[in-house]
Amino acid sequence: MTATTEITLRYFAWIREKTGRAEERVTLPPNLTTVADLLAWQATRGPEFADAFAKPTIIRAAIDQRHVKPATALAGAREIAFFPPVTGG
Amino acid sequence: MAVRVQTQDFDIAAEIATLTAGRIDIGALVTFTGVVRGSTSGRSLVSMTLEHYPGMTEAELEGIEAEARARWPLQASLIVHRIGELTPGANIVLVVTASPHRHAAFQAAEFLMDYLKSRAPFWKKETYSGGEAAWVDARQADDAALRRWTTSQD
Repeated sequence: MTATTEITLRYFAWIREKTGRAEERVTLPPNLTTVADLLAWQATRGPEFADAFAKPTIIRAAIDQRHVKPATALAGAREIAFFPPVTGG
Repeated sequence: MAVRVQTQDFDIAAEIATLTAGRIDIGALVTFTGVVRGSTSGRSLVSMTLEHYPGMTEAELEGIEAEARARWPLQASLIVHRIGELTPGANIVLVVTASPHRHAAFQAAEFLMDYLKSRAPFWKKETYSGGEAAWVDARQADDAALRRWTTSQD
């Protein structure tokens, strides 16, 4: 992933409500390498993001629609989603 | 073998009729239906709204179904999950499994529900009488239910 690559970020449930958006196109800073890095960066993007990402350990993520862990690398990602633990069924 | 996400209700008898049409090899059919309760933790519920992640939901459900087929001799299976605003008494989810014998059908249906509840990207928001609303917290009991499928076989 180069510094100029734009990717899609998506938000669901209370993370969507707190950030005030369902999705956005973003160019990530080149120093972010893992999902955990991205979670930490999100919390720096303004008050609504600071609120939504205040407790990164309770937030789940998916890269290109597959569940990933905090240590997963971001390289090659086209779409990254953030959501609370799922509650279907 | 099929998965569907839809706003409209489902008809269990019609789903079974479709699933078994023209077949005489099925010996056991298990259905599970999840239903919206009218109260939760002592609070009266007006409605429950289900949000999901289109695309990922279907992929996860298909993966869960494939995992069940690899573990049990299933002849047919179906997962239908509703989204949108649902009122108490409404159907939420339907799981159907078919097998020559009941044991596999029962086990596979439980497995599908346990995996669905911990992996499929759905989120419930409850609206209570009085107007307040809250997102449902994931239950640790659901993760515990999931673990019993990994301790004995993996």
